[in-house]
Amino acid sequence: MSGKKKRKGSKTIVNIVLGVICFIWLLPTLGLFISSFRPAADILQTGWWKAFPHQEWKAGETLQLSKDVDLREPIEVNGKTYTDDQLKAGVKADGSRLMWENRRARTINQQEQGWKVTPDLTLDNYNNVLSGKEYKLKQADGSETVQKGTGLSQAFWNTLTIAVPATVIPVLIASFAAYAFAWLRFPGRRTLFVIIIAMLVIPIQVALIPVLKDYTALGLNGSYLGIWLAHTAFGLPLVTYFMYNFISQLPKDLFESAFMDGASHFTIFSRLILPLSVPALASIGIFQFLWVWNDYLVSLIFIGNQPSVQVMSMKIADLVGSRGNDWHLLTSAAFISMLMPLAIFFLLQKYFVRGLMGGSVKG
Amino acid sequence: MGGQSQLQPQMKPRSKAKQTVSLRAVLLSLIVLIANVVVNGSIFLFFRDSTLNPLLTAVLAVLWGVLGVYLIYYTLTWAVEQYPDYVRRKVLPYIFIGPAVIILGWLLVLPALRTLYLSFFNASSEKFVGLSNYAAIFSDHLMATALRNNLLWVFVGTLACVAFGLLIAILADRSSYEKLAKSIIFMPMAISFVAAGVIWKFVYYYQPGDEQIGLLNAIVTYFGGEPQAWTSMLQPWNNFFLIIILIWMQTGFAMVIFSAAIKGVPDDILEAARVDGANEVKIFFGIMIPYISATILTVTTTIIVFTLKIFDVVMVMTGGQYDTEVVATQFYRQFFMYRNFGYGSTLAIVLLIAVLPVILINLRQFRKQGGF
Repeated sequence: MSGKKKRKGSKTIVNIVLGVICFIWLLPTLGLFISSFRPAADILQTGWWKAFPHQEWKAGETLQLSKDVDLREPIEVNGKTYTDDQLKAGVKADGSRLMWENRRARTINQQEQGWKVTPDLTLDNYNNVLSGKEYKLKQADGSETVQKGTGLSQAFWNTLTIAVPATVIPVLIASFAAYAFAWLRFPGRRTLFVIIIAMLVIPIQVALIPVLKDYTALGLNGSYLGIWLAHTAFGLPLVTYFMYNFISQLPKDLFESAFMDGASHFTIFSRLILPLSVPALASIGIFQFLWVWNDYLVSLIFIGNQPSVQVMSMKIADLVGSRGNDWHLLTSAAFISMLMPLAIFFLLQKYFVRGLMGGSVKG
Repeated sequence: MGGQSQLQPQMKPRSKAKQTVSLRAVLLSLIVLIANVVVNGSIFLFFRDSTLNPLLTAVLAVLWGVLGVYLIYYTLTWAVEQYPDYVRRKVLPYIFIGPAVIILGWLLVLPALRTLYLSFFNASSEKFVGLSNYAAIFSDHLMATALRNNLLWVFVGTLACVAFGLLIAILADRSSYEKLAKSIIFMPMAISFVAAGVIWKFVYYYQPGDEQIGLLNAIVTYFGGEPQAWTSMLQPWNNFFLIIILIWMQTGFAMVIFSAAIKGVPDDILEAARVDGANEVKIFFGIMIPYISATILTVTTTIIVFTLKIFDVVMVMTGGQYDTEVVATQFYRQFFMYRNFGYGSTLAIVLLIAVLPVILINLRQFRKQGGF
């Protein structure tokens, strides 16, 4: 009886501790998400948590002191004395806050505490980041400046243009190879497969310099084709290995009956293996897609600074470098780049986790 | 892994006499081969020089990627089927693995060897300098920092990921909202390091004055501390603030794998230990850890390999300034900014040497599982 009670009590503790950890884990992303909807000036003035209902000081009555109060002496307000510095920063007095309203005219504002419930939210940041047009930005002091948008929508489509073929091509090629490795016998099979396993964790840095030299010679630098091929090559070892593990586990009887009917290997592969492998294809496809979508290094090297081909990760990294304090742009840009991964994560979680588990070793 | 014996190609009744290769088959297969090269070559050139709308290019590319690749396999296997059985059986496997082997060889295997070769040459790859690039890497000040930081990343990052992953896996296992908690911890793995960099740059953001909009500085000032420029001024501790980003992202990976392993620990063993009066801490160290030690090893090596190659986080957060350089960012700097191919290649090879043990472990594991 007491044991059971103890177990129950410890479960509450576990729930609370885990809750705190989850909260900490969510907090950074939450901050980004909320900030991306706040007006540019607000982001720089107050923390994002101020978007939640909170108490703040609101202007209240104005107190007029006599004009000849010496600011170097203690100043008397409502029977208490304060220094000039205190009144500059604001000082609490019986539930209200005293602060200079106009120091020269010697007026003091008696601020009241009040709740601010509705946050100022806007979609402007997203519009600005997505379009490449110029837009007006209201500064904190009320003046307006004109800035050029970053044109992230172009980069979004570029990323998609790169990611889809760079997923489909390697998955298809690797599946054919995996079938051959699993079910056909040929000289060199062992050696070739050992090479593929060795390539699983190889740092792609070892390939970058020579490949870039070849690309420059072939004119592939900064082209979609070049980056598709690069991602295909860097993804192939893992996808082949993953598909091999799946295809080699399929029951042998399946093939035998097909063979009896006189089907060729090609027919068996496209009519039997591919449909059966859909879960595996989905898992590894998602992994490869996200890997390409989130990639920074490969794009950085093979795309360079051609703006028409640049992907989102490069644009955002550029923004961090050049507009590091423009948080209204950075937050919304980062969130746009996270949309696709998060959508996949929440909609296809089962495949996603499986693909990531299998693919975590990738270089 | 597939331990099954292979399909016997002899399942079809063996043809009585050895058929001879017909001239027609040779001609046909030659035509198919040449047609494939020409057609795909011209598509290749078309895409290389295309100035079409990128979206249209993408659609066409997907079509080519799927249909084109499929057709290559289709036509080539068709050509092989024109040959008698014994030729077909020998050639067919190479058609299936051909494209994969060619792409891998061209863009991964040969480049790795060429990089090794380049690492023995000077900056412009003209003069053979022997091992002096390697000697320079281990004596240069910047490189020494990069190596030190990489070690920090590997040790601190991996240790923290594994420890947190294990802790959260166990907590989640006993909590009443396991799935939700696991989703939350795992989510950062979906996003890119660049986006994560922005998220954390915002957390660490520092501005002079009283009002801090960065979460960390706001907390510090709330408790009466001095706000800090976490990622730049606090050397060498700024490295740890970068490593936290890795921990935030990779703990989810460790947790999911550990979580599966923990569920594999038999209940009766745990129950027996509890009956014997062992407390939860004792059960954890005495039963669970030994039981899942193989999994811990796998997760550890995976994260080590990952942290060795860490690049994006450092690049986005500090660009390698303020003594946060790691080997991969140094590689990029040497290669792209200083155009020093010798140093760049050597750094890549250093990374390769660092993961070499993992490659060997993988291969041994593979052989043990009877893969071949």
